Amino acid sequence: MASESITKTIGVVVAICVVAAIFVSSAAVGLKPIQEENKKLDLLKNILIAGDLYNEDTENIAQTFTSNVDAEIITLSDGEVVPKENYDEVLNLEDFNVRAVASSELHGKTIDASKDIAGIQRMPKEMAIYKVKGESGYTKFIFPIYGKGLWSTLYGFIALDKDLHTIKGFTFYEHGETPGLGGEVDNPRWKQQWVGKQAYDEDWNLKIEIIKGLTDPNSSKFKYQVDGLSGSTLTTRGVSNLVRFWLGDAGYKPFIDKLRKEI
Amino acid sequence: MKKYREILLDPIFNNNPIALQILGICSALAVTSKLETALVMSVAVTFVVAFSNFFVSLVRNHIASSIRILVEMTIIASLVIIADQLIKAYAFDVSKQLSVYVGLIITNCIVMGRAEAFALQNKPLVSFMDGIGNGIGYSFILIVIGFIRELIGSGKLLGYSILPLTTEGGWYPSNGMFLMAPSAFFLIGLIIWAIRAWKPEQVETE
Repeated sequence: MASESITKTIGVVVAICVVAAIFVSSAAVGLKPIQEENKKLDLLKNILIAGDLYNEDTENIAQTFTSNVDAEIITLSDGEVVPKENYDEVLNLEDFNVRAVASSELHGKTIDASKDIAGIQRMPKEMAIYKVKGESGYTKFIFPIYGKGLWSTLYGFIALDKDLHTIKGFTFYEHGETPGLGGEVDNPRWKQQWVGKQAYDEDWNLKIEIIKGLTDPNSSKFKYQVDGLSGSTLTTRGVSNLVRFWLGDAGYKPFIDKLRKEI
Repeated sequence: MKKYREILLDPIFNNNPIALQILGICSALAVTSKLETALVMSVAVTFVVAFSNFFVSLVRNHIASSIRILVEMTIIASLVIIADQLIKAYAFDVSKQLSVYVGLIITNCIVMGRAEAFALQNKPLVSFMDGIGNGIGYSFILIVIGFIRELIGSGKLLGYSILPLTTEGGWYPSNGMFLMAPSAFFLIGLIIWAIRAWKPEQVETE
């Protein structure tokens, strides 16, 4: 090994760090626009998956999206549609980012800790929702949902039928749960279980939940229950809570109540 | 020229990092349930080993031996971040499936092992070739396992249906065990057995 003087050692280390930093930051900054574009498309793709509009042959995601889905922003507390004039740079449909909306001073609010079963602390006052177009009227409604699992916040969508109590689709597009354990929330077979389950009973009480272990097909609660994932008790508990949060009074329930009275 | 050839080809059968040195097993289990993820992971690891060897060798005469591991880690970590960013930009779906395992290339013993064992004593170009060779050795095992697991586990290769599944009206009942991580253990064991039966000099003396 060559000279080991302190000045040289430090000099070399600093030089290596600077070069490494330049490489890393130019890769990160240079590739960011492409990655952002990918993320946006992935979001659209997941809305399509939740609405059962996506399969492997779907080539143009953006086009499939615009031709099948209508989006609008609603006020969560009363279910009213937010008029387009009230959109701004945080609250808009082109670039709707739940994180940005929830943390914004104007469009977000802090959730009372006792009601915060989803563990998210802040939530948007207004949310983008997606309506799947059918031959006559809308056939499905797709709602963004998010909440804490074990390690991370899970972001996803839940789709309800036009009857507003039958679940039609369920998916997460971003989470950091353990692959193979909590990460199994991405398992297509598990997600398929949600389809056909009832979110509410006849009196519109919130019923859907994930139970520990397997559901019993003979039980009267079968239509409201989803199997827990083994090895990921805490993740599934989080998922159960976040679904119940968003379908409850703090979430989309006022919108759902308003809509079903109109129909 | 013969030397280069040996350096490049030796790690495939004669001195395979997974099969002989038993390094890098963790990622070989985690990313091989599908051929596509195995391919992307192979390319990423080959890229990282080759360039980390190259850069470590480039600065080998200028770093004090007491801090060489820190310097190696800096170089390896930077390369892994670059590889991760590239995968996120150009293979987004695969990057979601690979999740943490791209980041974990940093801890892949093959990368560090080659930097320590080879790049510190050799010239940059030879080290680069050694990195490529070891990357190919790693890729070879990953691709074989990915091929077998995806074919037997889900009747597909790269997402294309090869054996039509009974669930989709075909004749092939898929073997779910091959989608689980332990199956990669059995397969690696079988590959090691096959290589050692072919090249008995690799068997350790007891």
